[in-house]
Amino acid sequence: MSIGHTLLGLLESGPRHGYDLKRAFDEKFGHDKPLHYGQVYSTMSRLLKNGLVEVDGVEAGGGPERKRYAITEAGITDVQRWLATPEKPEPYLQSTLYTKVVLALLTDRDAGDILDTQRAEHLRLMRILTDRKRKGDLADQLICDHALFHLEADLRWLELTSARLGKLAKEVLPS
Amino acid sequence: MSTTRTKPVERPVTADRPTGPTGARAWLRDLVMGIRFAVGGGREGWVRTALTAVGVGLGVALLLGAASVPDLLTNRDARATARHPADTMAAKKIDRSDSTILIVDAGTDFRDSEIGGRSVRADGDHPVLPPGVSELPKGGEMVVSPALRDLMNSSEGKLLKERFEGYRVTGTIGDAGLMSPKELYYYTGSDTLTKDQGAHRIKAFGYDDPAEPLDPLLVVLVVLICVVLLTPVLIFIGTAVRFGGERRDQRLAALRLVGADRRSVRRIAAGEALFGALLGLALGAVFFLGVRQLVGVVDIWKVSAFPSDMVPMPGLAALIAVAVPVSSVLVTLVSLRAVAIEPLGVVRSTTARKRRLWWRLVLPVGGLVILLNQDQVTRTAGENVQVYSIAAGATLVLVGLATLMPWLVEAAVARLRGGPVPWQLATRRLQLSSGTAARAVSGITVAVAGAVALQMLFASMHDDFNTTTDQDPRRAQLNVSSPEASGPLAQRMIDDFRTAKGVKGVIGRVSSYVVKPGELKNADDMRPTTELSVGTCATLRELARVDSCKDGDTFVVHTGDRDLDQWVDQTARPGKKVDLNSESWGDYASKPRGKHIPWTLPKSSRTVTSRPDPVGDRYNGIFVTPGAIDVAKLEDANTQALVQIDPKVKDAEEYVRNAATQIDPLIRVYTIRMIERDKQYASVQKGLQAGAIATMMLIAASMLVSTLEQLRERKRLLAALTAFGTRRSSMAWSVLWQTAVPVVLGLGLAIAGGLALGAVMCRMVDKSVTDWLVFLPLCAAGAALVATVTLLSLPALWRMMRPDGLRTE
Amino acid sequence: MTPAGSLLTADGLRKAYGPTTALDGAEFSIHPGEIVAVMGPSGSGKSTLLHCLAGIVRPDAGEITYNGRSLAGMSDTALSALRRSEFGFVFQFGQLVPELTCLENVALPLRLNGAKRRDAERTALTWMERLEVDDVRDKRPGQASGGQGQRVAVARSLVTNPRVLFADEPTGALDSLNGERVMELLTDAARSTNAAVVLVTHETRVAAYSDREVVVRDGKSRDMERLV
Repeated sequence: MSIGHTLLGLLESGPRHGYDLKRAFDEKFGHDKPLHYGQVYSTMSRLLKNGLVEVDGVEAGGGPERKRYAITEAGITDVQRWLATPEKPEPYLQSTLYTKVVLALLTDRDAGDILDTQRAEHLRLMRILTDRKRKGDLADQLICDHALFHLEADLRWLELTSARLGKLAKEVLPS
Repeated sequence: MSTTRTKPVERPVTADRPTGPTGARAWLRDLVMGIRFAVGGGREGWVRTALTAVGVGLGVALLLGAASVPDLLTNRDARATARHPADTMAAKKIDRSDSTILIVDAGTDFRDSEIGGRSVRADGDHPVLPPGVSELPKGGEMVVSPALRDLMNSSEGKLLKERFEGYRVTGTIGDAGLMSPKELYYYTGSDTLTKDQGAHRIKAFGYDDPAEPLDPLLVVLVVLICVVLLTPVLIFIGTAVRFGGERRDQRLAALRLVGADRRSVRRIAAGEALFGALLGLALGAVFFLGVRQLVGVVDIWKVSAFPSDMVPMPGLAALIAVAVPVSSVLVTLVSLRAVAIEPLGVVRSTTARKRRLWWRLVLPVGGLVILLNQDQVTRTAGENVQVYSIAAGATLVLVGLATLMPWLVEAAVARLRGGPVPWQLATRRLQLSSGTAARAVSGITVAVAGAVALQMLFASMHDDFNTTTDQDPRRAQLNVSSPEASGPLAQRMIDDFRTAKGVKGVIGRVSSYVVKPGELKNADDMRPTTELSVGTCATLRELARVDSCKDGDTFVVHTGDRDLDQWVDQTARPGKKVDLNSESWGDYASKPRGKHIPWTLPKSSRTVTSRPDPVGDRYNGIFVTPGAIDVAKLEDANTQALVQIDPKVKDAEEYVRNAATQIDPLIRVYTIRMIERDKQYASVQKGLQAGAIATMMLIAASMLVSTLEQLRERKRLLAALTAFGTRRSSMAWSVLWQTAVPVVLGLGLAIAGGLALGAVMCRMVDKSVTDWLVFLPLCAAGAALVATVTLLSLPALWRMMRPDGLRTE
Repeated sequence: MTPAGSLLTADGLRKAYGPTTALDGAEFSIHPGEIVAVMGPSGSGKSTLLHCLAGIVRPDAGEITYNGRSLAGMSDTALSALRRSEFGFVFQFGQLVPELTCLENVALPLRLNGAKRRDAERTALTWMERLEVDDVRDKRPGQASGGQGQRVAVARSLVTNPRVLFADEPTGALDSLNGERVMELLTDAARSTNAAVVLVTHETRVAAYSDREVVVRDGKSRDMERLV
């Protein structure tokens, strides 16, 4: 999962302080693993260096936590690209996919597109596996089946998520 | 549980005993549950209950109709008796009084309707009244039945109205004076009616005609007809109770899943059936009441009846009310025996034991044996007809045919292979489940077999009931006769009829019996008598081979039969006298009456041979042209005219009848027919036809329902077949074959069985079979039935073949 | 709009059943020999798309072209004939005539096309052999297992050498093993005859037998190949 893209995505709805970012991240994505403030700081400096964010202002009192960040045009493009690129199908993708879906909802993008794109990517791999399975020996078949079932499980979860997008949107979007 | 029991339970309560209520309470609970399913089973359940109820209702209505026939006939008879003039045949002379009236039959015909009528003349101021009449019509007045009034006032009845234009309609006859609501009947009043015109003086109505006991042959027929018509109704009710059975079984399986045991599932099914049957019973009563009102208003096949006459006999009605629900429960329980309803679905006894033939043969063969062992029934056998064993034998044969049906369908279809696709679909379907089709068709089998047998019997008895009349309708079509003897009348008939519309020719003749005068050699001898006919040369030429003839000629006519000719010659002796008043001499049986009227048969009389007149009669005796005799001198003569009409002129007969009425209202006009039908026979045949049609319609209805049901069950399959491009026509044909194959088999069996039964019955009444092809019209009816069922199921088929069926719900 | 070389294309399809909109501007195209999976959540209009493409249902609006001919202009009879001769169908269940034997079921489309029984059954048998169900030839569908029945259905759908095979959840009622086997045999057979396959499914593992997929959502279709 890309913390940088996630933080960028969170900034899309408006400039935030570093501390706000950490809180928003924890609230929405860091269910079992809260972000260290140091991680936020280092990530933000990298983004700053790459020109994806800019400092919107510094509040009195100084200190790094008092800096307010805003996303740049380049940053928005980067988030867009990230969201549109399907993840390489591999097991245990859900945290990344989940982040993407929530971010899409938060930034008024079509979350369904993300899922469709991801499914296409999964299917591409599954076709290769299916093909290999048909041509290979029993050992190949068993190995491919294992992979196929895992990919299918991911996709099933995706389908379920798609079906629940409406409900999810209600939960993540501030009313 | 056991708390409600008065006695403590003796057996220890073991773990495997059902914990729910047992015995009657379980029955009650399950029946009620079944009824709840029938009522509250959603649309599905209602449709099923409604189908059963309508089916049973139709059957019950027919049964109730049959049960009211006895009363209907009794009531009709009672009214017929009540309006019959009393004591017309009494030996005692009835004296003229204030209340006596003169009355004479004066019926007429109008097209194909018979119109009953009487002419009356009151002797005093307080005449007796026939039932339903409030005031006796005076001269120039008439009272009519409502149906006759309507007919006369309609445009169709214009000619009829003209016939009665001498009368003013002063009232209508009430129901009490009519046999049926649509009866055409009237009373005309007369100021001139005399006993000479054939009238009787009576002082009361209500003469009890010595009731003709129903001909034993007819009794056999009636028994057979009841069996033939009622067995299919019973079969139909049995089928109706099974409507929607497959769906119900599935529902019951679901109940098994939630814990109902086998027995309680059966009881629930019984409850459903019971409810359907009870509803059907109620519906049947409603149908019956509806039809009862209807037969009072409409006139189908000239059958109509007063609603109040159609009252089912209480015993029979009670029997129907009990038997229908009970048998519906029994049918359900029996039909459930063939299926095992398991929690996970319905298992039909798939091993499908092949149907066995032998026990199915026992019934029909047994029936035939009973019939073959019957004594022969003849028309003279009177009350000794063994109605019950004949009925039992015939019933066994007919019911036996019905039980043969499932075996036959199964056996016949099992051998069918290949053929075009629709045919293949149909036969395969029948191979898999022929029971339903066979059951529905068995109703047809009984009806048709019975009808074939009856018709054969009818055909063989044809001569008994339909006398071929020897009449020749090609030479004359109407025969008009009057009891009044007068030359002028004959002449007037000839003149008036000739000018009537559509008349081509008239043969008018006055005839009387004449005798040889003088003392007889032996007082016990029969006095030589012969007929004397007076007519013009043209008339005489129609009656005898006369070559030359002029007015004033006389002839002696022979038939060619030696004995008869000798008998004629004893009276007709040219140059000798005959007496024109046959009663004036009397003979060994009667006293002489009246004066002698001697007349000399001219010596110049030639002897000629007779030829049959258009009515088929051959006249012999003395033929005289009007110039040779004064017709007025003839005592006790009658006048007859034979009228030839132009068949191209519509209603020519009616014009002649009208002309006849103008001459004298009491003149009788008969239509000359090849065949004269016995009325009782005709009404039995009419009943058979009406009943057979009703039965066929019932069976068609049940076949239609099962076809529709089957189509509905295969909605998905039909949609899939449509998807891969199956033509509608292919499916339509397969529906047709599926109906046609069992019907054809059923008809085949019915015809074979019917011919056998008919032959046996004919033998029993000592007649030979005259017509082996009576079944042909019934085959046509069967074909019509197949076509109807197929046509009516097509809309549903088209609907099922729409792709909606593919959508998973 | 029609991609070059397409065998069957649809554009702007709209179809409503009463108040429910099943298709709302869907499009589709398939090349000869191509296997296209139609995916999407249930109720999204997948089956309706298939029904429209196959000429079973007429769309309220939109154009369907098969082999250069518009389906809209064809009569019901012509559509039936087209389905009989050029298309094949496999459904999830309930498509075999229960009272015919499996062999007779497979031969049925040929016989509907007017073939003689013997010839039809001979051809049918070779297809049953290919789908490895020739052992149930004389059984009725009810006596065969679900997988066998579905393979019989596949044999039947291919017996007329259709150019397009429409398969609506062909493995929907089967377990994984049987489902996989049916898919293998189906796709092998289709490829060997160069038949295009429109495969409606909600299972990705089944869709993985396709060349590409089209996703239907809320009555609109997305061709994933053209998007990616």
